[in-house]
Amino acid sequence: MPYLPMPLPLPYEESKGFWAGCKRHELLIERCMDCHVYRHPPIPVCPECQSWNKEWVKVSGNGKVEGFTIVTRALFPGLPVPYNVVRVELEEQKGLLIIGNVIDCSPEEISVGMPVKVTFEDITPDRTLYYFKKAE
Amino acid sequence: MATIKDRYAIAGIGHTEYSRNSGRSELHLALEAIMGAIKDAGLDFKNIDGIVGDHPSRVDVMTIGNALGLQKFGFFIETEFAGGGVPSGLLHAIAGIEAGWATHVVCYKSLNGSSKNSVPAFEFVVQPHELGFTRPFGLLDPVAYAALAARRHMHQYGTTSRQFGAIALACRKHANRNPNAIMHGEPMTIDDHQQSSLIADPLRQLDCYVEADGAAACVVTSAERARDLKQEPVYIMAASQACGPSLSCGTMDPTVTENETRLLARNLFSMAGLTPTDIDVLQVYDDFTPLVLMALEDLGFCEKGEGGGFVEGGNLEWPDGELPLNTGGGNLSEGCIEGFNHIIEAVKQLRGVSTAQVRDAEVVLVCGATGVPTIGLILRR
Amino acid sequence: MPYLSGLPLPEPHVDYEEFWRGCKNNRLVIQRCDDCGWYRHHPRPLCPKCRSWNARWTEVSGKGTVWSYTIITHPINPAVKDQTPYNLVEIELVEQEGLRMISNLIDCKNEEIYTGMPVKVVFEEISPEITLPRFKKTSFQKNFL
Repeated sequence: MPYLPMPLPLPYEESKGFWAGCKRHELLIERCMDCHVYRHPPIPVCPECQSWNKEWVKVSGNGKVEGFTIVTRALFPGLPVPYNVVRVELEEQKGLLIIGNVIDCSPEEISVGMPVKVTFEDITPDRTLYYFKKAE
Repeated sequence: MATIKDRYAIAGIGHTEYSRNSGRSELHLALEAIMGAIKDAGLDFKNIDGIVGDHPSRVDVMTIGNALGLQKFGFFIETEFAGGGVPSGLLHAIAGIEAGWATHVVCYKSLNGSSKNSVPAFEFVVQPHELGFTRPFGLLDPVAYAALAARRHMHQYGTTSRQFGAIALACRKHANRNPNAIMHGEPMTIDDHQQSSLIADPLRQLDCYVEADGAAACVVTSAERARDLKQEPVYIMAASQACGPSLSCGTMDPTVTENETRLLARNLFSMAGLTPTDIDVLQVYDDFTPLVLMALEDLGFCEKGEGGGFVEGGNLEWPDGELPLNTGGGNLSEGCIEGFNHIIEAVKQLRGVSTAQVRDAEVVLVCGATGVPTIGLILRR
Repeated sequence: MPYLSGLPLPEPHVDYEEFWRGCKNNRLVIQRCDDCGWYRHHPRPLCPKCRSWNARWTEVSGKGTVWSYTIITHPINPAVKDQTPYNLVEIELVEQEGLRMISNLIDCKNEEIYTGMPVKVVFEEISPEITLPRFKKTSFQKNFL
């Protein structure tokens, strides 16, 4: 069961690799092969050095909650409030942020700086989503 | 108010191949074209402080800015109403630089018009409720709009389908010299045109543009700054928009003498201090041949109603025609990059590097066709 | 059987309600300025001639001529895949020069259509809510205009 009943991500050239990684339960982040800076979301050209050479790198999945919100007002019927939306800074690079939800965690437990680890959930045969869990 | 004449220039151009299937996203294509234009101008990415996207939105300016590594840029616009006329991005770029909001502005256009069929229809340009007066009756595409106007022109002035075909022929001839044109290598005769299948009578398949995947971009800056850069500047002598009776309700009267194209012509020629006889090469937005023919009349190259006679006898064909038209092949045969290909080809003519190079080309007019809100530019070297 | 089916229907909109209500009652009503008498179609809040807000819906004769036409032969849009060739006409109503509307001709072979052909409006119920105005060939009688 997905954390939220939202439309699943669509396949785009830029993000296909990312979602393929999720299917294998791997968190892949795009990295420039010339200057080695990670970027997320994926983009064809490196914003640092404008190189076209890029690769998908499997990252540890460890990070810290850099910011979060608890949504209490349902924008449309069926949205299970309260739910959380977090920004996680992955440990591989300062400022490397990824949006997600922390699951199996009550709203009061979430704090900035909280360590988290990625986890995956197969939603359909084609689509796996990533989430975060409190790290031990 | 000071005129903008000759105070702005196109300093660099870039474009991808034009194809039936690019195999890449519109973002990817846009970045290729933009980076090509920046490099062509001999600029660094850091110099770009304005970004103008011609739309409907397929690739937003923020994403472009992010990809170029611009932490901040002070001028950004996503224009309206692409697909009807030549992209208006350059006019916005001029305004932005004139106002002091930017110094080097990138303008771009990107679409997978062929593989993803992402070509705008009326939905983008009229109030949605107005569609209730056209769609239930089967007026679903711009081609029907052009067909109704064409039929009226034929009725009023005796224009023939063969005369529309002369425009298609000229564009195909030029495309056959241009390896980047989608229809390169496919010659066309007037008989081919007459036998091509009817789409919306009287418009035939060969009266209509070829969908394309591709992207194009340019860098606009002041004339002084352009002179210090890598390429010989292509100066903008005049630039104008013009809007007339809207597309709403699918009706356009091609016999009206005071329309948006007339206004455009007056604005451009008076700003540049020129007349139609000064134009060496013409790049007119060519989705449908009849609207190009009408534009030739409204721009003042011939009298109203005499467009049919004007286009006959190879008058629009390089190298011997009086007024070579769409020398890269246009939307009709090079591929529809929604008019940005016309800007690119105009610059190539003025740099002397076109595949159908008009000898001593000094002044090129780039503009939209009749019947839609439009823009135009007069460029010179 | 409606002339064309499976096409988008007009959406309800406060500016156009009266037009479609007229069609449902088999009346062709066109917005006419109360101050200068200018007819306008498509309907809109302001008079394009004198910019007055005052207008009323006026029933017109339904007579007109074919100002232009096209035969859609190639189904670019999948909605009409099995319905080509069909005609699309632009009718100039007799009440005012330049007063034109888009529609279709029914009970008429496509080859018979010509610019200038006299026509008269008929109404075709498409759904319980929507009736569309179509046109039929008529003849130029002495008092056509």
